[in-house]
Amino acid sequence: MPFKIISPKNAQRIMKSVFWASGIITVIILIIIIGYILLKGIPAINLEFLLANPSDSGRSGGIAPMIVSSLYVTLVAGIVATPLGVGAAIYLSEYASENRIVKFIRFGTETLASIPSIVFGLFGLSFFVIFLGMGWSLLSGGLVLALMALPTIFQVAEVSIEAVPRSYREGSLALGSTKWETIYRVVLPAAIPGITTGIILGMARAISEAAAILFVVGSALSMPISIFDPGRPLPLHLFVLASEGISMDNAYGTAAVLVILLLIITVLTNTLVEKYQKKMMGR
Amino acid sequence: MNKKLGEYLIEKGLFITAIFSIIIILLIFAFVFREGLPIFQDFGVLNFIFGMEWAPSDGQFGVFTMIIGSLCITLLALIMAVPLSLLCAIFMAEIAPSGMRKILKPVIETLAGIPSVVYGFFGLIVMVPLIRVQFGGTGFSMLSASIILTVMILPTIISVSEDAMRSIPHEYKEASLALGATQWQTIKNVIFPASVPGIITAIILGMGRAIGETLAVIMVAGNVTQIPQSIMDPVRALTSNIALEMGYATGLHYNALFGTAVVLFIMIMVLLVIANYYHYKKKVVIGGGYL
Repeated sequence: MPFKIISPKNAQRIMKSVFWASGIITVIILIIIIGYILLKGIPAINLEFLLANPSDSGRSGGIAPMIVSSLYVTLVAGIVATPLGVGAAIYLSEYASENRIVKFIRFGTETLASIPSIVFGLFGLSFFVIFLGMGWSLLSGGLVLALMALPTIFQVAEVSIEAVPRSYREGSLALGSTKWETIYRVVLPAAIPGITTGIILGMARAISEAAAILFVVGSALSMPISIFDPGRPLPLHLFVLASEGISMDNAYGTAAVLVILLLIITVLTNTLVEKYQKKMMGR
Repeated sequence: MNKKLGEYLIEKGLFITAIFSIIIILLIFAFVFREGLPIFQDFGVLNFIFGMEWAPSDGQFGVFTMIIGSLCITLLALIMAVPLSLLCAIFMAEIAPSGMRKILKPVIETLAGIPSVVYGFFGLIVMVPLIRVQFGGTGFSMLSASIILTVMILPTIISVSEDAMRSIPHEYKEASLALGATQWQTIKNVIFPASVPGIITAIILGMGRAIGETLAVIMVAGNVTQIPQSIMDPVRALTSNIALEMGYATGLHYNALFGTAVVLFIMIMVLLVIANYYHYKKKVVIGGGYL
């Protein structure tokens, strides 16, 4: 006779509460982290903090040049990575027929997605900064971040292009359009919300990255005029402030700005995807 | 005819964008390896990998303590993250009512999106003092680093393994329930075993993220080059080694840091090959829905 202390019914009851507990713990972890950063950081944020230059190597003053630097690198990353990622997604879902090439390219993107950010940083330093002679600049930083954003944009774009129903393509081709006309006029417009989500997620990855640009952007405190100037994006600024113990108050403020940015991005992508799914279901 | 040529050019152009990531990977490997080569030639591959001493000023470039450091931090993080994230994944896939799921989805996305520096900062101002007060020492320790990494890899493991559980055919579950099994028995005996390949992929992806994490680890791990005797000891990860010293490295020291990156690159490639062996293709989960 099997020896059983706990009856299946009780086991079910116990495990159910264990599962609930694990879900609730996950929510609590997020609330603690975000809550702590926002509670400590929001008092440090005011108009002056956002619009002023830092002084005394970041001990006082604001973060305006960091916001501008972040904008520059993220825009460069988005502008460079979008055509590459979307183009690759179109090729893989519409043109590629040979299974081996598809597998090979997918493996390439997966690998690119899992290379540690600091290795990207070293590559950026030896390739963009030194080999191509771009120097320590926001351009070099943006290009490194473009490589990191590329797999995200590709993956999301590929899935949303593949989600466009076959009948759309067949309808267009039957009317005499060429393959590219079909893609350009029918498939892409239908997939736009998904592609946009991918671009936003890719740029979100770029805006929150610090390790990859540590030795690439130059870490200058002054206001960058163009992308050829060195700069110091927000996450890098936070790292320098906190790890060198320069100013905890300003570090809290910078961290809170980053968290708020991220929350906005999450809400934005959620709304986009919801709209997209409704549209795809509604047919 | 002109139209045909246009179509041809477009296809070739798209093909180039598609193989772009492969080109980049080859470039990354070539450049990192090229800069790291002198350390392997001058110091020796085995001396570099298994050398216990890292003292650039004395010409000692052994990264073994950091390989162990990276592995220790990662394993401890996995020990903490795997149970919690698997429970949470099962909860989301099988048990949670839709209201709770609607809360958890964005929570996990937000956890995945928080910049790693913010995690490191949180660790520095909350975890490190907490551990200092509770357990003594400086607080900069393997434990602090692992706790921070645990939170960072939770979303990866949860979303990939939840996805694996969801993709199990409904019939499996229904058959088990129809035989009179409870929900827990069904999860334990049917759903969990069937989703093992996906779960392994999830764990490997989480492991990759933990090994590759740099700044969050630097901020809390203490960065001493030694093999940790306890989880309260400070450790230095491979990634941290690069980020800490690249700013001022010259000569062979500079090459040694690129050599460190080569070791890191190879570790990640091994993980990727293992993950591909289990061959679980994950769907892309974004914005609270599957695209």
